[in-house]
Amino acid sequence: MDTTENKEIQVMGKHEVAGPAEQTKPGPVFVPAVDIYETQENIILTADMPGVTAEDISIDLRENTLTLSGDIAPYESADEEDIAIEYEVGRYFRQFTISEVIDQGRIDANLKNGVLKLTLPKAEKAKPRKIAIKSD
Amino acid sequence: MITRRWIDFPAFGFKSPFSDLDRMKRQLDQLFGQATDEKGYPARRAGVFPLINLTENKNNYFIRAELPGVSAEELDIQSTDRNIAITGHRETPADESAGYHRREREFGRFSRAFTLPGEIERDKIDATLKNGILTITIPKAEEAKPKQIKIR
Repeated sequence: MDTTENKEIQVMGKHEVAGPAEQTKPGPVFVPAVDIYETQENIILTADMPGVTAEDISIDLRENTLTLSGDIAPYESADEEDIAIEYEVGRYFRQFTISEVIDQGRIDANLKNGVLKLTLPKAEKAKPRKIAIKSD
Repeated sequence: MITRRWIDFPAFGFKSPFSDLDRMKRQLDQLFGQATDEKGYPARRAGVFPLINLTENKNNYFIRAELPGVSAEELDIQSTDRNIAITGHRETPADESAGYHRREREFGRFSRAFTLPGEIERDKIDATLKNGILTITIPKAEEAKPKQIKIR
């Protein structure tokens, strides 16, 4: 009975970015955990970005580099004192190189409960085409 | 604790001149697997999901946890005495048949319980889930609130 539904979630510490470039804003930057999968028509990317609102997220596809970044508003008010801190809060940043040709005009992004779902439709020529074999 | 807040910078992560040192200590502790709390006792974090940040102000305790992709219906929060228990599960996405390139996100059950450092008013606990962040606001009981003592 070891299905995924019954599996206990293991703690994975947030992964801090050791970026190639220095950031302009102070504060830690984290790599969001992602799932990427492919269907016939689309490449779908889901990323865990808790605390990010739709206005603060930026998705950029240039050449074949996809850049995800998300800003976070501090949600602790100033009069709060820390008692126990197990995780850090900071911005999100991650880049991907996409090998497939993407139809940029139809990219769809959806943010729900802190999870970003990005649907990248494959361009016509990148879609697999079934080749019918004719025999006489 | 109060002395740690000399300067309140607006940017988070820069609350006090020492917060960077605190952060570094935490990271080193995590690396060597021997996290301790401020008094040097082994910390209660048992590596249990979800990770929790506990803060307080004069009137309330605040518990925050990052639970992306978990809806309010999938969460169950219980309180007994001074304890809070959070249980829930994160549903596996439906498109299982698709070919995965990367799988980093975890799914499954979780449950975590912990004890608050002071007495609480259990009837007035409030929980909100917004953008994948759970915030539980727990009012302190009268006994646990700090009292100012007048000097005559």
